[in-house]
Amino acid sequence: MNYSKSQLFWLVTLRVLIGWHFLFEGVVKVVNPNWSSIGYLMDSGGFMAGFFQGMAANQSTLQVIDFINIWGLIAIGLGLILGSFTRIATIAGILLLSLYYFSHPPFPGIKYAMPMEGSYLIVNKILIEMVALAVVFLFPTSREFGLDKFICRKQNKKVE
Amino acid sequence: MTEDLKNIAGESNQKKTGINRRDILKGLIGVPVLGVFAYGWLHKQKLDEAAKKSIHETISLDISNRLDGKVVSQDRQIRLGIIGTGGRGRYLLKAAGFLSPKTLKIYHEEASKNKMDKRYAEFLAQPDLNIVVNGICDIYDVNAKKGQAAAANITREYDETKVGQPPKRYKNYKELLAATDIDAVIIATPDHWHGPMTNEAARAGKHVYCEKPMTWTVAETYEVVKAVTESGIIFQLGHQNRQTESYFKAKEAIEKGFLGKVNLVEVTTNRNTPEGAWVYKIDAEANQNNIDWQQFLGPAPNHEFSLERFFRWRCWWDYSTGLSGDLFTHDYDAMNQILGLGIPHSAVASGGIYFFKDGRTVPDVLQMAFEYPDRDLTLLYSASQASEKSRGRLIMGNDAWMTIDNNLDIYADPASVRYKEKIEAGIIDPAVPIYSYNPGRKQVDAITSPTEKYFAGRGLLYTYRDGQRVDPSHLHIKDWLDGIRSNTQPMCNIHRGFEEAMTAHMGTIAYRENRKTFWDKEKQVIV
Repeated sequence: MNYSKSQLFWLVTLRVLIGWHFLFEGVVKVVNPNWSSIGYLMDSGGFMAGFFQGMAANQSTLQVIDFINIWGLIAIGLGLILGSFTRIATIAGILLLSLYYFSHPPFPGIKYAMPMEGSYLIVNKILIEMVALAVVFLFPTSREFGLDKFICRKQNKKVE
Repeated sequence: MTEDLKNIAGESNQKKTGINRRDILKGLIGVPVLGVFAYGWLHKQKLDEAAKKSIHETISLDISNRLDGKVVSQDRQIRLGIIGTGGRGRYLLKAAGFLSPKTLKIYHEEASKNKMDKRYAEFLAQPDLNIVVNGICDIYDVNAKKGQAAAANITREYDETKVGQPPKRYKNYKELLAATDIDAVIIATPDHWHGPMTNEAARAGKHVYCEKPMTWTVAETYEVVKAVTESGIIFQLGHQNRQTESYFKAKEAIEKGFLGKVNLVEVTTNRNTPEGAWVYKIDAEANQNNIDWQQFLGPAPNHEFSLERFFRWRCWWDYSTGLSGDLFTHDYDAMNQILGLGIPHSAVASGGIYFFKDGRTVPDVLQMAFEYPDRDLTLLYSASQASEKSRGRLIMGNDAWMTIDNNLDIYADPASVRYKEKIEAGIIDPAVPIYSYNPGRKQVDAITSPTEKYFAGRGLLYTYRDGQRVDPSHLHIKDWLDGIRSNTQPMCNIHRGFEEAMTAHMGTIAYRENRKTFWDKEKQVIV
């Protein structure tokens, strides 16, 4: 793809900052032995609430979810920052964010015990981050600025 | 020229390896970002750890897990009788391990429909207490049958064909107390029967688990204490809060002086439903033929048959102890457990029938203040039965205040002397608890996030014991049975019961006689 220098700069910045956010959300959960997604899942609202609460209801499912959540966040974060396996990381990120979004959709009429730090109607920061990741996916930069430059060398050549 | 040469050299180099130095730098662009991330994170960790350590130094947070200390052999089977198998009586049967197949079937069906409904699994997981129910007494035929159906279910099956024989039904409690195949009784009757029945049960040598409040009148309180102590039976008063994990922690925190000097304790009742105000449903099938009205009245003043009075007895002084005996005693006993308050020096009360003007004689709004000059503190009770604004339980000291329900939070007071330096240094934030304990959590944390606090406070997290959600009433019955088996005093014994009853009576008399009541410590009487 041919981007201008400033387009490239802002696209890489966007990718790295989202990666930073994912990575930090992951590491704070690793270092907190008390962290569990149970509270968040139990507080789910909207049409998928039953699905999420069902996950929390089962102790072994919950353990798997907590594990995937923590290490998923870290892996996605590293992928985005380093620009390695960025396509997979981006898709995984979008999936994870969509789960967060649909567990707490800011739709009119749904109330949550968990306090929100802002005011939202349908659109919230999760949704915006999700769309930003879609942009990162459609305007890839990691083969120019990232480890994918080396990982995808063969592919790069083929493309050339 | 040199420029061209460089380009040519670069190109040929790139062709060989496919990568030049510039590309390597581009490819590794994320590495310095990770470096900054790591630096920022480590710095933050260091600050957080320092703050935590500093709080740890100020208050030692190793509050122990003092729970069931004694391990008692369950080999000896205990033969129970139960007097009163209405709502509360059947709840206690369930806590003891007996639930009717009909109810169990509903639990089972609900559990298959809704994964969140864990009543079925929890009931099955409840440990077997090695008891058998040999007698049931209820003066209302419908409740007696329900009690029998529950007690017969020794297999915990929801298939009605698989249960055991129903226990004998006694129409009069005196006959049940005379039965030779009963070692111990649970009393879950209206308040006006607690004293006389406990008294007679003790005289008959039966161990007693009695629902709160212990007594309906002051005079019978002495008789009960005498009967229980003289007979040597094991008596447990039904304040299941004695088993609540957070209260053990609260007690220890206060003993360690985290709060400084405690001078005010506030407890409240906040209900706003007809059920909350004791306007219970009247069974359509209930009538004069299936209720033994004369036995219901017992020590109460004579009154013509009334379904309303039978089902909503808590609304009349004739059978009830009102807010003071029914609801305040829960909070009083919790505070007595945590602070070792004992009987107050004096009590004042005010209130009235302000919302439920349905012919009741007990107030629905009540304020009571109990003074403890020896302890330099006031215990304040405030009840509304027409507002659900949750006011919680609060213990206030000059260094910190504590809120307690299933969770426990301690907040430093902004004007605290003890925490002054830490507050000024920004290590302690008066808006964030310095100590927070949620029983559902794996361990105690110095500072929990506001989100976590919020969840816990809304009851979204369960209470666990050894990783299992447990019913405190089950633990309280077990504590009583352990006492019987090992001949030791249970947690809410007759002495705690005496303190509970006298304190509640002081408040009730203060309200009803519109005067300040005092406790004469020497003579052990209310004046």
